[in-house]
Amino acid sequence: MTIVEQPAATRALLPEPEPHRVLGTGAAPDARLWPELYRLLVRGRRLNEQATALTRQGRLAVYPSSTGQEACQIAAALALEPRDWLFPSYRDTLAVITRGVPPAAALGLLRGDWHTGYDPREHRVAPLCTPLATQLPHATGLAHAARLRGDDVVALALVGDGGTSEGDFHEALNFAAVWRAPVVFLVQNNRYAISVPLAAQTAAPSLAHKAVGYGMPGRLVDGNDAPAVLTVLREAVAHARSGGGPTLVEALTYRIDAHTNADDATRYRPPEEVAAWRERDPLTLLARDLRAHGLLTDETERAARADADTLAAALRAALNTDPALDPLDLFAHVYATPTPQLREQRDAR
Amino acid sequence: MAQALNRALRDALAADPDVHLLGEDIGTLGGVFRVTDGLAAEFGPERCADTPLAEAGILGAATGMAMYGLRPVVEMQFDAFGYPAFEQLVSHVAKMRNRTRGALPLPLTVRVPYGGGIGGVEHHGDSSEAYYMATPGLHVVTPATVADAYGLLRQAIATDDPVVFLEPKRLYWSRDDTVELPATVEPFGRAVLRREGADATLVTYGPAVPVCLAAADAAREAGWDLGVLDLRTLVPFDDATVCAEVRRTGRAVVVHEASGFAGPGAEIAARVTERCFHHLAAPVLRVTGHDIPYPPPMLERHHLPDVDRVLSAVARLQWEDQV
Ligand SMILES: Cc1ncc(C[n+]2csc(CCOP(=O)(O)OP(=O)(O)O)c2C)c(N)n1
Ligand SMILES: [Mg+2]
Repeated sequence: MTIVEQPAATRALLPEPEPHRVLGTGAAPDARLWPELYRLLVRGRRLNEQATALTRQGRLAVYPSSTGQEACQIAAALALEPRDWLFPSYRDTLAVITRGVPPAAALGLLRGDWHTGYDPREHRVAPLCTPLATQLPHATGLAHAARLRGDDVVALALVGDGGTSEGDFHEALNFAAVWRAPVVFLVQNNRYAISVPLAAQTAAPSLAHKAVGYGMPGRLVDGNDAPAVLTVLREAVAHARSGGGPTLVEALTYRIDAHTNADDATRYRPPEEVAAWRERDPLTLLARDLRAHGLLTDETERAARADADTLAAALRAALNTDPALDPLDLFAHVYATPTPQLREQRDAR
Repeated sequence: MAQALNRALRDALAADPDVHLLGEDIGTLGGVFRVTDGLAAEFGPERCADTPLAEAGILGAATGMAMYGLRPVVEMQFDAFGYPAFEQLVSHVAKMRNRTRGALPLPLTVRVPYGGGIGGVEHHGDSSEAYYMATPGLHVVTPATVADAYGLLRQAIATDDPVVFLEPKRLYWSRDDTVELPATVEPFGRAVLRREGADATLVTYGPAVPVCLAAADAAREAGWDLGVLDLRTLVPFDDATVCAEVRRTGRAVVVHEASGFAGPGAEIAARVTERCFHHLAAPVLRVTGHDIPYPPPMLERHHLPDVDRVLSAVARLQWEDQV
C-alpha cells in the first residue's frame, strides 16, 4: 500500500493531509489481553465454520462468513463500553456475538424466523443491516442524539470496502464531521465486494484517505493484527468520547471464504491469492506472537478450542430445533396500533 | 396554513424537549416556505438545525436520533427532493419497528411540501403520496384546512410511528380567520365531510379539497347536490366513513392531483367497489392528474383537476339509469 505524496502546499492547508498508517503497533504483548483476544478469535473462527455448516443442513438460509476477518470483528466489539452502540452489517455476526448477543439470536436474520433475532436495546446493537452503508447515517444520528442529551455514548459502525462507494457512506461521514458526532467508522477492506475488486471500487490511494475530505482523522491498520486493530479502535473511541469527533479506520483484511455459502469465489479470485492471505491468517499471526512470548501453551490452545467447540455445539443445538412460528406475528409490529386495514387482514386469516 | 404549521412546530418544541427539527434552510431562513420561521431563534440552532445538504443523510441521521429516543421532525425542501431519502424511508424508517419486533419504534415525522399549482418549474410540483402509501409501516397524512394543519401535525409528532406529512404547497397561503390556535389535535384515520350532499360523494384530500368544494358549489346549478369528503389521512384509511357516505349517495368520484394510473384513486375505487357494490348506482370514477411527468408551469392548469373536469365526471355517473 503506497500513500501518494501530497504537494507540500496542499498539505499545509489540511489539518491532517493523509491518514496515519498503523500497520502494526509493535507494542509489547499484553499478557492478559492478548491471550483473551486469541481465545475470542478461536471462538469466532469456530462459529464461522459452524454457521457455514448450518447452511448446508438447511438451518440457516444463508451465511456471509467473516473467516479471515475475525480480528476486526472481535476488536470492534471490544473497543466499546456496554453503554456504547454497535452498528453492524450482514457480515458482522461475530462482532454482535462478541458484544454479548447470544449466537442463535444474532443469527436470527440468517435463520429467517424474523429479521432481527435480538432486542437491539439490550446490548445496544443495531439490527444487522443489509442495504449497504445505510446503517452509517443511523450511527451518526444516534451518536449526535446522545451528545445532544449530554450522554457519554459512542457509536461504532462497520462497513465493507464496497459500501464506501455508496452515497450513504459519504453523507454519514460528512454529517458526523460537521456535527463532531462521537462515532467511529470501521471499514473492513476485504478487497472484494462480492466479485468486484477494490480497484474497480475506488481510485483513492486508500479508503482511509477519504477521511481527509471530510476533515476527520483517517487510520489505516493491518486488519489481521488483532492487537493493532483493537489499539487503533480504542484510540478512535477515546477520541470520540472526549469530544474530538469521528474517525475513519480502514482495516486491511481478506475474506477467506466466498461472499456467502451461495457464492463461488473461484470465478473471480485466483487460488494463489487466497493462499497468500491464508499465510496472514489473524489466528496464526497472533498465535505466533503469543508463543514467541511464552503466552500460549498447547494446553491453553486446547482449552480455547474446547471452549469454542462447546459454544458451537450449543449453537447447533439451538438451531437444530424448529423455531416457533406464528403467522399472526406478521401483523403484530407494523404500527404501534394496527390500522383497520391490517386488523381486517389479520382477522380474515 | 403555513402559520398554523409553524405554530404546531413551536408548540411541539415547547412541549417536548425530545422534538428536534432538521432540514435544509430551516434555521436562519425559516424554510423556503417560512414554515419554521423564528423557531431557530426561539429554540436554538440545535433544535431547529440546518443540516448539510443531503436528504438521505438527513433522514438516516434522524432515524438514528429516533433510535436513541428523540422525536425528530424532518423537512424535505420540496416533494421531488425527498427522493434521495427514499431508501432510508422504505428500507429503514418504515420497517424498523417491524424488523425489531417492536423494540425500536421510530417516532419520526417527515414533512414534505407537495403538489403543484404554484407555478413552480420542473421538480417542484410532484404529488408523491402513492409511493408512500404503498410502503407499509408509514402513516401518510395531508391536511386541507388551517385547523387540520395544526391538529394533524401535532398528532404526527406525537405518534410513536413514522409519519409522512404532506403539506399542499398551494394551500400554504390559505387563511381561515375563524380558527383559533391551538386547534384540537386530531386522531389519524378519520375522514371528515366538508360538505353534505345527497346525490354523489367527491372523495378527495389535500390540495384538491378546495377544488371539490368549488365544484360542489357549481354543481348546484346543474341540479346536483354533491358531498365532499376530505380523507385527511391516506394511511390509515377511513373505510368506515368513506363507505357510509358512498352507500348513502350511491355515487362517488375520487379526485386527486397525483397521476391516476396506480394512483391513490385506484385503491380507493377498488375498496369502495369491494365494500359497497350493491349500493353503487354507477362505477366509481376518478379525476386525477394525467399519467405524465409533472408539466411546466405554463401548462399545469391543463393537468390539475379543476371544476370542469370534476363536473364532467359527475355527469358521467349514469344518472340516466336512475329509476
Ligand atoms: C444498496 C445495496 N446494493 C447492493 C447490495 C447487494 N450486495 C450485498 S453485499 C454486496 C457486496 C458488498 O461488498 P463490501 O461492502 O465490500 O462488503 P463485504 O461483503 O465484502 O463484507 C452487495 C453488492 C446490497 N446489499 N445493498
Ligand atoms: Mg468487501
